[in-house]
Amino acid sequence: MQQEVVLALLAKEPSHGYQLRARLRQALGPLGDTMNDGQVYVTLTRLEKAGLVASEQAAGVADRPDRKVYELTAAGQQRVAGWLTEVSWPKPDLAEFHLKLIAAAAAGLADPLAIVDAQRRELLRRLRDAQRAAMAEPARSAAGLLLEGIVLRLQADLRWLEACERTWTRRKDES
Amino acid sequence: MNESGSTSVVRARGLRKEYGKEAGLVRAVDGVDLDVATGETLAVMGPSGCGKSTLLHLLGGLDRPSAGELHLAGQRIDRMSEKGLARLRRDAIGFVFQAFHLMDELTAVENVELPALLAGRSPRAARRRAAGLLEQVGLADRARFLPSALSGGQRQRAAIARALANDPLVVLADEPTGNLDSEATLEVLRLFDSLHKAGQTLVIVTHDSRIAATADRLISMRDGAFVDETRLTGGTTGHLGSLAGLEG
Repeated sequence: MQQEVVLALLAKEPSHGYQLRARLRQALGPLGDTMNDGQVYVTLTRLEKAGLVASEQAAGVADRPDRKVYELTAAGQQRVAGWLTEVSWPKPDLAEFHLKLIAAAAAGLADPLAIVDAQRRELLRRLRDAQRAAMAEPARSAAGLLLEGIVLRLQADLRWLEACERTWTRRKDES
Repeated sequence: MNESGSTSVVRARGLRKEYGKEAGLVRAVDGVDLDVATGETLAVMGPSGCGKSTLLHLLGGLDRPSAGELHLAGQRIDRMSEKGLARLRRDAIGFVFQAFHLMDELTAVENVELPALLAGRSPRAARRRAAGLLEQVGLADRARFLPSALSGGQRQRAAIARALANDPLVVLADEPTGNLDSEATLEVLRLFDSLHKAGQTLVIVTHDSRIAATADRLISMRDGAFVDETRLTGGTTGHLGSLAGLEG
């Protein structure tokens, strides 16, 4: 789990680790299913060592992370503010696939159209899984919005594959 | 019977549709063999102009093939009389179109009951059936609305309810989500899914990959012919979280 995410979830109010986990689950829905419950505590421990969060132990109980209440330090608050205004976006790795097609065709090792077909099937499987998960979400759920993003991205990738197919079909016909 | 032994609702052999002649000859559908099993949801995908809409029109008896055979529930329909074909379209086939094709001056419930009235059912029975269908598609509270007062997704759901009015053997849909935004598309996909679970046979031509991804079988069409067939069986290589950039 990215440290800034855990920090930002803590910005609302001092919280127990399990409260943060509940907020994550609500935001992610079925996408959070594979999340390891221990991850939040591992991250909180790291953040505490880095001086970005402080914890308070309830009196008279053993020293266990799940009994602690965590809150942001001033440095933690600054980090959250910075993270929220930072513009970042995952880079789609299209160049690798593009070069795979070019290399396969140049060396005569594989049919680029077969590679496109295999890729399309995999993306359709992913789209099916994301679409089914989206259909199972109640209207206007937070997780539904995330799933919509996944669906739209996969559709964009599939459209690019259509363009790949058109181009490589034409090159095959010309050669 | 098809290869798997179950009954085919739709069966086409060597289906062809040509327009124009000589140098201007266009083979919109060029030798299609197709079996659609009872209860199956089939998606046909392809770029515009690939012949998928023409194919759907042939399957629905809206147009006649230039060559080939076409059977619906075992009955040969490509050489059927106009009168017989009209009855078949009314009683055995449900159509769903991209532009909804609802009657603007009729309310939702009047639109939905129309096919049952045309088939000779009593007004009372037709109305009861229409009300039940509107409930099924989540529009019970919109029954008295004119189409102009409904959203795009609601109009398409009303159109789907109308397509079901006479318990069709097959529902044929032509770009049913083509005019809908993302949220309305989801409504229609949910509805198709519930029809599928209820055993309705569906053939959908589309270039919306969301429909294709949720169908039982996907056929890709190019230049009037089928070029690829996919059954999306098996899981993905990763879990859902990995699609959103969440590490497991």
